[in-house]
Amino acid sequence: MLQNNTNSIATVSNDTGTENILEVSHLKKTFHIKSPDGKKGLLRAVDDVSFTIKKGETFSLVGESGCGKSTLGRTLLGLYTPDQGSEILFNGEDITNFSKSKRKNFAKKAQLIFQDPSACLNPRRTIKQILLEPFKIHKIQNGEAKIKELMDMVGLASRFLDRFPHEMSGGQKQRVGIARALALNPELIVCDEPVSALDVSIQAQVINLLEDLQKQLNLTYLFISHDLSVVHHISDRVAVMYLGKIVELTTRDELYEKTQHPYTKSLLSSVPDISDEHREKIILTGDVPSPSNPPAGCRFHTRCPVAMDICKTKEPDFIQTGSKHFASCHLHIK
Amino acid sequence: MRKFSSFISQKGFLFKLGLFICAFWIIVVIFAPLIATHSTTAQELSIRYQQPSFSHFFGTDELGRDVFSRVMYGSRISLSAGIITVIIAFSFGIFFGGIAGYKGGKVDEVMMRFSELIMAFPPLILAMVIAAALGPSIINSVIAMAIIWWPNYARLMRSLVISLKESEYVTASRVMGASHIRVLFLEILPNSFGPLLVMATLDLGNAILMFSGLSFLGLGTQPPTPEWGSMVSDGAKVIQNWWVSTFPGLAIFSISIGANFVGDGLRDFLDPKLQKE
Repeated sequence: MLQNNTNSIATVSNDTGTENILEVSHLKKTFHIKSPDGKKGLLRAVDDVSFTIKKGETFSLVGESGCGKSTLGRTLLGLYTPDQGSEILFNGEDITNFSKSKRKNFAKKAQLIFQDPSACLNPRRTIKQILLEPFKIHKIQNGEAKIKELMDMVGLASRFLDRFPHEMSGGQKQRVGIARALALNPELIVCDEPVSALDVSIQAQVINLLEDLQKQLNLTYLFISHDLSVVHHISDRVAVMYLGKIVELTTRDELYEKTQHPYTKSLLSSVPDISDEHREKIILTGDVPSPSNPPAGCRFHTRCPVAMDICKTKEPDFIQTGSKHFASCHLHIK
Repeated sequence: MRKFSSFISQKGFLFKLGLFICAFWIIVVIFAPLIATHSTTAQELSIRYQQPSFSHFFGTDELGRDVFSRVMYGSRISLSAGIITVIIAFSFGIFFGGIAGYKGGKVDEVMMRFSELIMAFPPLILAMVIAAALGPSIINSVIAMAIIWWPNYARLMRSLVISLKESEYVTASRVMGASHIRVLFLEILPNSFGPLLVMATLDLGNAILMFSGLSFLGLGTQPPTPEWGSMVSDGAKVIQNWWVSTFPGLAIFSISIGANFVGDGLRDFLDPKLQKE
């Protein structure tokens, strides 16, 4: 089984000729938790996840709340220390054992855009102070001129510089968040549900802004979301997560047209669609099992509409099932 | 600083009253020699326990000293002892609590158990022991009070830090490569100032009272130095001569309430969300 696993990872990495900016293999993140009755337990938020992100692409991560997608994104940025045996290569360098100064330097290359634009800006500071902060941290001269450029880039007038976050709308605050993420000229940006807190018309503006910036600055996005229509619009490739594991990973078009994993099928069928009223809806029963006590065998078998006997006992490997398609489901293991 | 004067005009009556009281006492502290009508120590037993009159505004005490002049001069010692105690306790407390809350885990456990160790003692008794061990003097009493007072600030600061360190703007700062010290002092501290400031202004009155308690026990100021707390306790023995303790008591009351009004208003001033355009 282990042999099999390693093989599939090798194939994930050697996919096509484009350079990989991020190579993640066997990433695990376990939290030590204490239940209310005092029992100690382990919570596997991310459990043995492997994938690669190519330079310049938008790689999306979808899944229900609590499936570990945010934890995964934040672990990649070094906000959490991954478990032993995990490997995260950024431009070929392993970031899991970075020294303090290397970690600080890494901040210039990878940044984060947050879900809640109101929470990610310090309420006591003006927009100017917030945007100058990255330059102060890294002792970069000429920050004042650069923040004017940044404001221009994200489409905010410079009169906003003297405002406090609470004096701006959600969309404007999210633009400030994006400007701050761009301040240090990063190569990779982890977008942690960047539009789910905004209303629909603003969502479109922010998504378009993100796309424009990607073209202008040759950025790579790791786009975390639970909104499948947004993901369909923006992604090049998509990974579907369930209970800490990636269950399906493929290009956007393959995922939406040649769906393989039953979980992905149910997710896609839940997207409202006005053109196709009589479409079959797969409604999952039950709740997501607790990640501190995941079910044996395939993690999805408790809710899977097509579960077989083998699913209850044997965990399916994450294997290549098509030219650019990876899935972990017994239905697709031949 | 943003326009403080326009802020004052927006604020309600209580904040202005608080400012007025504090300004009044600051003037008294500075100009006590000009305001006082009599010597604070000159005894004249023939006029002991005189009622308030035009020659003695607040009456006289058991040794015939002028209560008005003693209250005015007493502001110097009482206020400075109270303020310095609060400043020391405040600074050390937020430093200690900030580190405990930010570090968490075992560091937090050990640091907080240590602060609880101090809180487990009855405050006045512990202060007495420390002040007595250091030797009776104003400075030693202030040190003793600061030692028993800082855990309050440490606990408050710790709880504020624990809730704020999970906030997204702290994460943002970390992602940008900010050091822990920078995060603690530039992102977390400014956002925890409001509750701390209110607590400090409330404590000012308590500190003045405890200092008077220590003076009463002979550990703070020594007679005949005028000090509000010891004047109140002198007068408590002869309650039928109400003026002896009422006027220094009113002084303590007014400065505690004035400082609290100001602290409350300052908290709003420091919070940009509560300011009108």
